[in-house]
Amino acid sequence: MDVGILSYGIWIPRHRIATEEIARVWGKDGASMAAGLGVKSKSVPTVDEDVVTMSVEAAEMALRRCHFDRVDVGAIYVGSESHPYAVKPSATIVAEAIGATPDMTAADFEFACKAGTAAIQTCMGLVKSEMIKGGFAIGSDTSQGAPGDALEYSASAGAGAFLISSGPGIIARIDHTLSFTTDTPDFWRREGQRYPSHGGRFTGVPAYFKHVVTCGKKMMEAQGTTAEDYDQVVVHQPNGKFPLKAAKSLGFPKEKVETGLLTPRIGNTYSGAVPLGLAAILDKAGPGDRVLVVSYGSGAGSDAFDITVTDAITDYHREGDDLVETRIAFSKFIDYATYAKYRGKILMGDGA
Amino acid sequence: MAGVRFWREFDTRYRMLATRCPQCGLVYFPPRTVCRKCRRSSVGKMEKVPLPPQGTVLSYSVVHQGQKGFDAQVPYVMAMIEFEGGVTVVGQVVDCDPEDVTIGMEVKPVFRRVREEGASGVIHYGYKFAPPCFPVCEDESLASPE
Ligand SMILES: [Zn+2]
Repeated sequence: MDVGILSYGIWIPRHRIATEEIARVWGKDGASMAAGLGVKSKSVPTVDEDVVTMSVEAAEMALRRCHFDRVDVGAIYVGSESHPYAVKPSATIVAEAIGATPDMTAADFEFACKAGTAAIQTCMGLVKSEMIKGGFAIGSDTSQGAPGDALEYSASAGAGAFLISSGPGIIARIDHTLSFTTDTPDFWRREGQRYPSHGGRFTGVPAYFKHVVTCGKKMMEAQGTTAEDYDQVVVHQPNGKFPLKAAKSLGFPKEKVETGLLTPRIGNTYSGAVPLGLAAILDKAGPGDRVLVVSYGSGAGSDAFDITVTDAITDYHREGDDLVETRIAFSKFIDYATYAKYRGKILMGDGA
Repeated sequence: MAGVRFWREFDTRYRMLATRCPQCGLVYFPPRTVCRKCRRSSVGKMEKVPLPPQGTVLSYSVVHQGQKGFDAQVPYVMAMIEFEGGVTVVGQVVDCDPEDVTIGMEVKPVFRRVREEGASGVIHYGYKFAPPCFPVCEDESLASPE
């Protein structure tokens, strides 16, 4: 049975802050900061946006682009590290809002930046075993870095939703998936702490690169492929530099990475990053295109997917507001003070 | 606590479901269980229908002195939105600046946080309205790929 993506949707908040503006406030050299990270600007959610609202918008977009009955959505998994409630699932609110309740299952997933791809794997299993007709795997985050911390320059917000199903209507077939997982404390946030902690800049090699490159290589071994067999690759993108380097280690030239590399313009959307990158690739893909996907979540692990776009993509709605590029262009730059207000970084008096 | 009443209205608050009278076709939002025109003969027959996916701004005002909980959003726009079929709904218009809003502007519902019951209470979600995407980036170099 062919299992894959029946439809997809995305959400990127409208506001942006430039790396140079953040650097200005903390007395850093903005131009070199932007060049070093490979991030020029990042998306900023407004006070009325969160993981749930972005997930609903992404799922709604996916539903309006296909003919799939809402009541047939048998599962909704929302992967995030910034769920609005510590206890109370985001997924139930999303399920209610899109009209999929009550005959379905729902849960929140957590695995740093790869919770969304873990959700795709779970939905694949449920579809393949015929337990559900279709399920939503959503990666959504409104991540924050501590003021002045290196993470503040990249931590941003966005969501991608994939409706996983089977049958002739799927626009992209997922031919294989596998994961690579170890216990690696490179990034964490303890209960009750507002901002995450990380092992610093030297965690790139033992954490990100080890998992992404190993997982990508294992996938190509399993499938008997090389980089040349793929038209596009999307890997997790904590900044604008790491994904180019990781893809190069896997044998991919820059040209096959750029379409799905959004971090330079919208920052690191965490659980939203690989889903949004894959969405940007699918926005432009044609029948037969093959895509390698490798996510990464600190803690740590990677999920890889070998995806082939089907003929059904030809009739799939891909224009206007639904495109990743349209949403990236729909932007308004704000200053640090406005950003601090939107993100709750200003200590308010009792009257507020 | 507004909880129970609130969650019984999820169809209305989350999904903007209206009711339609099958006899005369009138659409009601907020939903009504009886048609004002057909009265008793419509009892038990009203159908749940979604509102059209987009509406237009009929009238609006810019709020400078926000309600409690909306302080971080002033100035913001409250508008009367008209949907095909004559249904009008009042709601906040987001994802644009007050000067971007015009009468006749097309908007679509978006799912947003409406308010929360303090830092430890329930978060209330519901619909607001947003214009379709329009490219408004002031700095071309930041919005376009390298
Ligand atoms: Zn009637």
